[in-house]
Amino acid sequence: MDTAFSNEDLKFQSEIRDFIKANYPQELRDSINSKRKLGKELSREDLTAWHKILGKHNGWSAPSWPKQYGGAEFTPTQKYIFEQECAKAECQYIMPFGINMVGPVIYTFGNEEQKAQHLPGILSGEVFWCQGYSEPGSGSDLASLKTSAVKEGDHYVVNGQKTWTTMAQYADWIFCLVRTNPDAEKPQQGISFLLIDMKTPGVTVRPIKLMDGSHEVNETWFDNVKVPVENLIGQENMGWTYAKFLLAHERSGIAGVARSKKAIERIKQIASSEMSYGEPLIQDPAFKAKIAAAELELSALEYTELRTLAKDSAGKGPGPESSLLKIKGTDIQQAVTELAMEAVGYYANPHLGTTLSNEYVGPDYATNLSGTYFNFRKASIYGGSNEIQRNIIAKMVLGL
Amino acid sequence: MNFDYTEEQTLLDNMVTSFVRDNYDWDARCNIVKSEEGWKEENWKQFAELGLLGVPFDEAYGGLGGKSADLMIVMEQFGKGLVVEPYLPTVILAGGLISKLGSEKQKNSIIPEIISGNVRCAFAYAEPQSRFDLNDVKTSAVINGDDYVLNGFKSVVFGAGMASHIIISARTEGEQRSESGITLFIVDTKSEGLTLQNYPTIDEYRASEVIIENLKVSKDNVLGKVNMAYDAIEEIVDISTIAACSEAVGILQVLKDSTTEYCKNRKQFGQSIAKNQVIQHRLVDMMIEYEQAKSILYMAVTADLSNSDERRKVVSAAKARIGKAIKFVGESAIQLHGGMGVVDEYMVSHYFKRATMIGVLFGNTDYHMKRYTTLTQSGISSTDEAISVSVT
Repeated sequence: MDTAFSNEDLKFQSEIRDFIKANYPQELRDSINSKRKLGKELSREDLTAWHKILGKHNGWSAPSWPKQYGGAEFTPTQKYIFEQECAKAECQYIMPFGINMVGPVIYTFGNEEQKAQHLPGILSGEVFWCQGYSEPGSGSDLASLKTSAVKEGDHYVVNGQKTWTTMAQYADWIFCLVRTNPDAEKPQQGISFLLIDMKTPGVTVRPIKLMDGSHEVNETWFDNVKVPVENLIGQENMGWTYAKFLLAHERSGIAGVARSKKAIERIKQIASSEMSYGEPLIQDPAFKAKIAAAELELSALEYTELRTLAKDSAGKGPGPESSLLKIKGTDIQQAVTELAMEAVGYYANPHLGTTLSNEYVGPDYATNLSGTYFNFRKASIYGGSNEIQRNIIAKMVLGL
Repeated sequence: MNFDYTEEQTLLDNMVTSFVRDNYDWDARCNIVKSEEGWKEENWKQFAELGLLGVPFDEAYGGLGGKSADLMIVMEQFGKGLVVEPYLPTVILAGGLISKLGSEKQKNSIIPEIISGNVRCAFAYAEPQSRFDLNDVKTSAVINGDDYVLNGFKSVVFGAGMASHIIISARTEGEQRSESGITLFIVDTKSEGLTLQNYPTIDEYRASEVIIENLKVSKDNVLGKVNMAYDAIEEIVDISTIAACSEAVGILQVLKDSTTEYCKNRKQFGQSIAKNQVIQHRLVDMMIEYEQAKSILYMAVTADLSNSDERRKVVSAAKARIGKAIKFVGESAIQLHGGMGVVDEYMVSHYFKRATMIGVLFGNTDYHMKRYTTLTQSGISSTDEAISVSVT
């Protein structure tokens, strides 16, 4: 057992630090901070600028990808260090849909043409991807999806509706699970994995506003959308296999440990400024205990993640234990957003950034903390709700 | 970064695992805990033969020079078997103090005897009023010629009844709660002035109340410097806390696995109760708690324990978090076993009781939560930096 940084790791750590310092644009930091504070939507440029910078540097935009596809192929330790440093420096996170989701599916199951067409754009951040999985009638029961793809000559004709498509408003491409065989014995057997250009006629995106007023997710409609058969990944009706691969493949960072750590640090700063009973809130025993409880949970989770990474690097694969990272990681994210909101007392109330108010009120650190709390209720629901994750562990790990 | 055992550690793990499998089946354990002595000398001899009694000691005295990770391996397997022999009191607690503070003469005379299995020791530190505070010492030691004379009372001293020597903390100077002014004395258990009131504990271990009346101890039997024992006591109790946490993690694994098996086999309403989602999710939450407990134990074991701020922080983090896991996994195991959970005859209640008492040992969850909070929220050490140095 050895968890000390080697000299090489330390060198790598300072290389990352230096790179971020020299290359993370101040304008980007300012732009994102001011929008966050007013609860305003981030632009496509805000979301991809850092990705594009990393994409030009040794494949750092894709820490897990093999070098042969242009990735950085970091060791688990390096990935861990990279995430830590990016979180510490509060870098904008890289959208997962291209890098963590469809990219690995394409280089694992796609053909040479598909790799050549799509991987460079994903790596560079020039092409923006979104995910077409959920449907209005298919949430946790994903395999019940109905969006149909009927082969007609050299095209599939796609009809149906996807929902919760995150950032579809900016997307160039969508990867979709579609039903190609409605008569298959089991619902999982008739599903295929299609790549669809969002500019194809018949694709319509409509925004869904979340309870904090934010616009992250959308409904995506398909009305007789013609998709070339070349855009099918792997074999027809084998899409469920690729979908599962995608869900289990990239779990590094799913727990969000580094970002939650940074968030707790911030809460401590806020609680040192806020007063309660004439003393800084940080001295309040009840509040202190809640912070400590979150820290302990996070420390344990950090080592659970490291154990998973170590197993991963030994070629043992992450497997369904990664559901544990999702459950605990989102539990902590929610606890942390709640603590932050709690810390600012009355200043949880102002809802800025609407058409009715465009000015700051209250302390700088307080803006939009309640928005974030309300927004993060999503975390235990998305990516397979935490109840579904428990079902997965029950079945796959405990054999129930 | 790796969490794999070295070759030597794998051998150690296999050795302790085989010992528990071959010598500690349920019936064998029941006979031991029901016996007058409450432990089995033959097992102790086997520990000596296997080299287990030398794990943490310096090679210069015949030990194996093991670290917390090695003790973790031993204690985790002992936890799985609910091994009652006084390994923690003798080897880790008392042995740790002797290694840390002993003179060459003391170390040369006692450590080889511990390793060979001839000597068992206990450490008497708690007092009726002290609760978990190691600095709260009323037992007094007053110098009288070449001797000290000790008077006082020590509570719940584990393994004292099977020990040939007891290490006693006593106040040689200062106020009752002052950290300075505490001195350690090594005393023969049969000394005049020392009375042991032995009893079994709820989890079937053995402990004693130790009454000290005009106990004469020669200056030669002072362990370490006079008045200066506190730091070493805190350190060795911290190391022992990690060992206790390791034992708890072994126990939690048994509770989680055996409860999962029980639920698969137990049929009600015509099907296995594990088919009910409400049961499945409880079992999953037990597994998550177990994994989190194991993870935070790994954090403590792999931390830089030679840095005392870091050591205090990770030990309290682990003890507090594992205490929470003990409560959830233990109570869930009993609940899911239904009626079988509450009977004495079935194993699960015994594992639950031991885990719960480990929860109290060396300070409970609230106690360590407070210590952790004091350390991390008063600027002594920044979580962030501490973790980044100790981890890859």
